[in-house]
Amino acid sequence: MDTPIIEFERVSKIYQGGAGPVTALHDVTLRIAAGEFIALIGPSGCGKSTLMRLIGDLEQPSNGTVRIKAKTPDQARRDRDYGIVFQSPVLYDWRTIRKNVELPLEIMGRPKDQRRQRAMELLKLVGLGDFGDAYPHQLSGGMQQRASIARALSFAPSILLMDEPFGALDEITRERLQLELLSIWWEAEPRPTVIFVTHSIPEAVFLADRVVVMSPRPGRVQRVVEVNLARPRAFETREDPQFFALVTEVRECLRATETAG
Amino acid sequence: MQATTVSTPAVRSTDQVAKWFHILWPPVLTFLVAIALWEGAVWLFEIPIYLLPAPSQIMATFLERPWFLLGIGMVTFSNALMGSAIGCSLGVLVAIFCVRWTFVADGLLPLAVAASAVPIIALSPLMGIWLGSVSAASKIGVIAVMTFFPTLVSVYAGLISPRADALLLMRSYAAPQRDVFLKLRMPAALPFLFNALRVCATLSMIGAVVAEFFGGPRNALGVYIKTQAGILRTREAWSAIMVACLYGLIFYLVIVLIERWVMPWKQRHSGQ
Ligand SMILES: Nc1ncnc2c1ncn2[C@@H]1O[C@H](COP(=O)(O)OP(=O)(O)OP(=O)(O)O)[C@@H](O)[C@H]1O
Ligand SMILES: [Mg+2]
Repeated sequence: MDTPIIEFERVSKIYQGGAGPVTALHDVTLRIAAGEFIALIGPSGCGKSTLMRLIGDLEQPSNGTVRIKAKTPDQARRDRDYGIVFQSPVLYDWRTIRKNVELPLEIMGRPKDQRRQRAMELLKLVGLGDFGDAYPHQLSGGMQQRASIARALSFAPSILLMDEPFGALDEITRERLQLELLSIWWEAEPRPTVIFVTHSIPEAVFLADRVVVMSPRPGRVQRVVEVNLARPRAFETREDPQFFALVTEVRECLRATETAG
Repeated sequence: MQATTVSTPAVRSTDQVAKWFHILWPPVLTFLVAIALWEGAVWLFEIPIYLLPAPSQIMATFLERPWFLLGIGMVTFSNALMGSAIGCSLGVLVAIFCVRWTFVADGLLPLAVAASAVPIIALSPLMGIWLGSVSAASKIGVIAVMTFFPTLVSVYAGLISPRADALLLMRSYAAPQRDVFLKLRMPAALPFLFNALRVCATLSMIGAVVAEFFGGPRNALGVYIKTQAGILRTREAWSAIMVACLYGLIFYLVIVLIERWVMPWKQRHSGQ
């Protein structure tokens, strides 16, 4: 692997909670290459969100080092390397959809016409071309989440951090958005590195180049499963025998973490 | 998928009319029934006019010299307006300080919450000593104090209302404090601010009238109500009370209109 964009070197994270310290992550070493699509999967409380937050400089490690493009996460954040999508869309109520997508560009001081053009371009890309002037509450949950993806992509960040972005959506919307996300990611220039947290095994396998399987108490990386399915992936990929084999492999892996934990 | 969730403006405006009609007719009807009952009771039980005049008599008294009554109402109303402008602006300012320097909030807010539950109007006689009992300044002072605390408490709650995710988003953009304030905290606090302003509109008109009971210029609503009631000219007192209600209502409605204009996203929201 050429120089990794994200590098975890024996990283631990201990939270000082009310009921004593909690080891959320223990001794995690991980390298992620530029342009990779990584899925994080594991039972609740195994530290997936924590890992993502450490990358994004939303938390600091207790031990070990995190390097992003050979910089500290703090520096990377100041360089606007991260686009973040949470489980809830977190759109600002008082802004129209277009103005929500423009928000990061506004903060970064881009000129007005450039902002507007970029926002419209991205809204078209996520299928919301006609909804730029609507307010968030006028859109369905799936449409809101699309808008939040457009917002994260608006300033072309090199790393996209997604914490269960489709977790609150129904299965049909979810599968459609998975395909859309893949095609947006595949066509983006330059292609961002994606860290995608999920609870769904098929979702992880369908999307990722590598699935990082984590185990709880304390949170560790159990195994990394390489997904060698051809790209670009399509609806039919989910019917591929190799897809089933990989889903089974990840499932077995997760079961092993259960019995080990 | 197009235009299923976003209604067109034409549809929206007829919807709005229907909606307003739907909201307005029950209170309007109740009001008319109450007035009719009052009118009927006064005639039926032959209540003496110095105890309780009928609505028609109050209205007639008002129509004898409407400009005089509206004029003295204006004197009182301008105190209410001035006082709440000062009180509310200071409330907003201090709320911003409280968010910026949390130790200020820790000390001040519990007191502010307590103060907004206290009848500040009791300060009126003291304000009279400090600022002159007849002067407008003493009235404005009381109203400023009255409106300051609820505004502070409410706006502060609004400024700290954004959820953790919304703030983390700002952090991920490496947004400067100024942007976190202007683009997140301030707009999030707007609904809270208008809640406070609506309360203050009512509160300040009550405050302005009551403060004048403790002294004020002869051409003020509170003084007029008090002197007229004192010599049992109840109809005159009631017509002045009616004017006080009118100004209070107008103040409130103006705030509501500004609110709808400033927060277009809420307006459509409430239609659901
Ligand atoms: N701010 C915090 N303070 C204290 N403990 C925390 C904090 N955040 C997380 N933890 C603890 O750290 C552990 C890992 O949490 P984390 O949110 O990373 O798990 P997760 O894998 O994302 O779980 P889920 O799948 O439920 O989202 C949990 O035991 C949790 O209770
Ligand atoms: Mg999580």
